[in-house]
Amino acid sequence: MQRVKHNWLNLTLAHTALIAYTIIALFPVVVILVNSFKTRKAIFREPLALPNSETFSLVGYETVLKQGDYFGYFQNSLIVTVGSLFFILLFGAMAAFALSEYRFRGNTLMGLYLAIGIMIPIRLGTVAILQFMVAAGLVNTLTALILVYTASGLPLSVFILSEFMRQVSADLKDAGRIDGLSEYRIFFQLVLPLVRPALATVAVFNMIPIWNDLWFPLILAPGEDTKTLTLGSQVFIGQFVTDWNAVLSGLSLAILPVMILYVIFSKQLIRGITSGAVK
Amino acid sequence: MGSLTLKNIRKSFGQVEVLHDINLEVEEGEFVIFVGPSGCGKSTLLRIIAGLENATSGDVIIGGERVNHLPPSKRGIAMVFQTYALYPHLTVAKNMSLGLKQAGESASVIAERVKMAAGMLELEPYLQRRPAELSGGQRQRVAIGRAIVRDPKLFLFDEPLSNLDAALRVNTRIEIAGLHRRLGTTIIYVTHDQVEAMTLADRIVVLQGGNVEQVGSPMELYNDPDNIFVAGFIGSPAMNFLDARLLDMPPEVKTIGLRPEAISLGDDGPIAGEISHLEHLGADTNVYVHVNDKLLTVRLFGQHDYEVGSTVRLCFSPESVFRFDVEGKRIR
Ligand SMILES: Nc1ncnc2c1ncn2[C@@H]1O[C@H](COP(=O)(O)OP(=O)(O)OP(=O)(O)O)[C@@H](O)[C@H]1O
Ligand SMILES: [Mg+2]
Repeated sequence: MQRVKHNWLNLTLAHTALIAYTIIALFPVVVILVNSFKTRKAIFREPLALPNSETFSLVGYETVLKQGDYFGYFQNSLIVTVGSLFFILLFGAMAAFALSEYRFRGNTLMGLYLAIGIMIPIRLGTVAILQFMVAAGLVNTLTALILVYTASGLPLSVFILSEFMRQVSADLKDAGRIDGLSEYRIFFQLVLPLVRPALATVAVFNMIPIWNDLWFPLILAPGEDTKTLTLGSQVFIGQFVTDWNAVLSGLSLAILPVMILYVIFSKQLIRGITSGAVK
Repeated sequence: MGSLTLKNIRKSFGQVEVLHDINLEVEEGEFVIFVGPSGCGKSTLLRIIAGLENATSGDVIIGGERVNHLPPSKRGIAMVFQTYALYPHLTVAKNMSLGLKQAGESASVIAERVKMAAGMLELEPYLQRRPAELSGGQRQRVAIGRAIVRDPKLFLFDEPLSNLDAALRVNTRIEIAGLHRRLGTTIIYVTHDQVEAMTLADRIVVLQGGNVEQVGSPMELYNDPDNIFVAGFIGSPAMNFLDARLLDMPPEVKTIGLRPEAISLGDDGPIAGEISHLEHLGADTNVYVHVNDKLLTVRLFGQHDYEVGSTVRLCFSPESVFRFDVEGKRIR
C-alpha cells in the first residue's frame, strides 16, 4: 500500500514537471506558428489569441515566398546541413575507429589533440578562415560552409564516437577478421550499425547549430545564390521597419526541415537503444 | 597438414613481456588444451596463432608453412570465441557462410557445407533466424558451425563453454569431443576449467605467468607433475601441500604433496589432524582435516560419517607422496 501510494506521488510529480517543461519549451514555437497566420494588426493587438475569420491572413507566407529566392535558401541550408552532418559522421566515426581499435605510438596524444577542438571555438579563427577561403577561391560557395562546419563538428564527434566504439565487442571484430572481412567492411558493416545510437546523438547535437548559424554564411557565403535560410530571413528584419508577418512565416517554415531530420535521427536513436544489438 | 609448431614465441605489450619464449609442437589431429590461471597468457598465445596479434618475436608454423605474415583469414584456421561473436544483423545461415563467401567459394559449395554443419549441430530449424532469436546454447553451436564450415586445418577455441550453464556445458563438451572424433581436425582449446582440460585433451599445456610449466597427457600431468604448480593445478580437489618436516624426509625436500584421494583416515598413520568439516557428495565424501594450521582435503570413496572436532590420523602409502624442493621442483 505504502509503495503504491509512493509511486503514484512520484509519477504525478514527474509528469507535472515534464508537462510544465514541455509547455515552457513549446510556448514560443506555438506563438510563432499561431501569429504567422494573423494580420499584422492582430499580432500586436492580441499576440496570444488564435486567428479567427477576421484576423486570419496568409500575407506573411505570400511575402516570404515572393520576395527573394526562398526555396533556393531552403535548398542551400539543407545541402549545407546534410552535407556537413554526413562528413562529420563519416570522418568522425573513421577517426574514432582508428583511435579505439588500433594500438599505435601516439594514440593517446592524437586523441587529446583531436579533443582540444571541443574547447576552442572555431569563430576565433574566422579571419584566417576567410583568408584561406579567399585564397582557395571558395568564397560564396556552399563547399566553404560545409568544410567549416565539418571541421568544427569533428572534435566532439570523435570524442563521443570513440567512447562508444570501445564498447563494441572486440571478439566480433576479430571474428570478422578471421572470416576475411577487410577493415573497411568491419567498420561499415559490423561497427557502425552497433554505434547507431551514438551516431544519432552526434547528428542531433551538430544539426541545430549548423542550421541556425548566421555567422559563417554572412562572412563566407553572403551571395544571393549561396544564402542560407537564416541569412535569407534577415532581409525582413530592418533597422527601422520589420515585416513581422514575413519574419514569423519564415521562421515557421524554417522549423519544418530540422524537425523532419530530428524525427529521422531520434527514431534511429531509440531503435538503436531498444534493439540491444549484441549478445 | 594440420600440425602446429610454435618456435620461441615472445610477446610484449609495451614494456611488459607477457609470453616468454614459448615452444610447442602439436601433431596433426591432436586435441591440445591450454590451461592456466587468469592472466597467464592463454588467450594471447591463441590470438598469436590465429594472427589476430603479432608476436614480438618467434615463428608460428601451421601445416609446415611459416604463417607469421599471413592475415587470419589466410592461415587456414577457424576460431570460436567465448562471447560467440555472431554477426547480429545476419541470419544463422549467413553467419556461417560469410567466411566462405569472402574466400570466393561457389554458391553450391557454400550451401553444401552449411547444410553439413547445420546437420551435425542440429541447427537446421534455425537457419533463417537471427542470433538475437536464439538461446545461449544455440548461439554457441552456430559459432561452432561457423568454424566447421570453413573446413580449417586448425580449430581454435577460446573458453567456448564459460558462458553456458553447468548442464549445457557438459552437453556441449561431449559434442565437441564427438566433433573432434568425426572431423579429426587439430584443435587448440583454451580453458581455465581443469575438468574440461582433463576430459577433452589428448595433451594439456599448463601455462603460468607466460611460461609453459609442463606439457603432457592428462594422466601424465596427474601422475607425474614436474613441479608444485602443475601438481596443485591439475586434480580436483587440489593436491594438499605440507611441510616436509612432518615426515622423515631427506633435507633437500621442502614440501610434500598428497592427493586428497590418496589419503585414508585411520588410527595409525604418520600424521595426526582434527576434522573440521565434512562434505557429503553421495558418491564421495570430502573430509577437511586441520593439520598444524593447514586445512587438508581428504576424499573418501562412498559415504562416511565422522564427528567434527574428533582427532584422526592420515594414512597413505609412501609411493603416493610427491616431494618438492625449495624452488618447487619435483624430486623424483
Ligand atoms: N591489449 C593488451 N594490452 C596490454 N596488455 C594486455 C593486452 N592483452 C592482454 N594483456 C595482458 O597480457 C596478459 C595475458 O592476457 P591473456 O588475455 O592472454 O590472459 P588469459 O590467460 O587469457 O586470461 P583469462 O583466463 O582471464 O582469459 C595479462 O596480464 C593481460 O593484462
Ligand atoms: Mg582469456
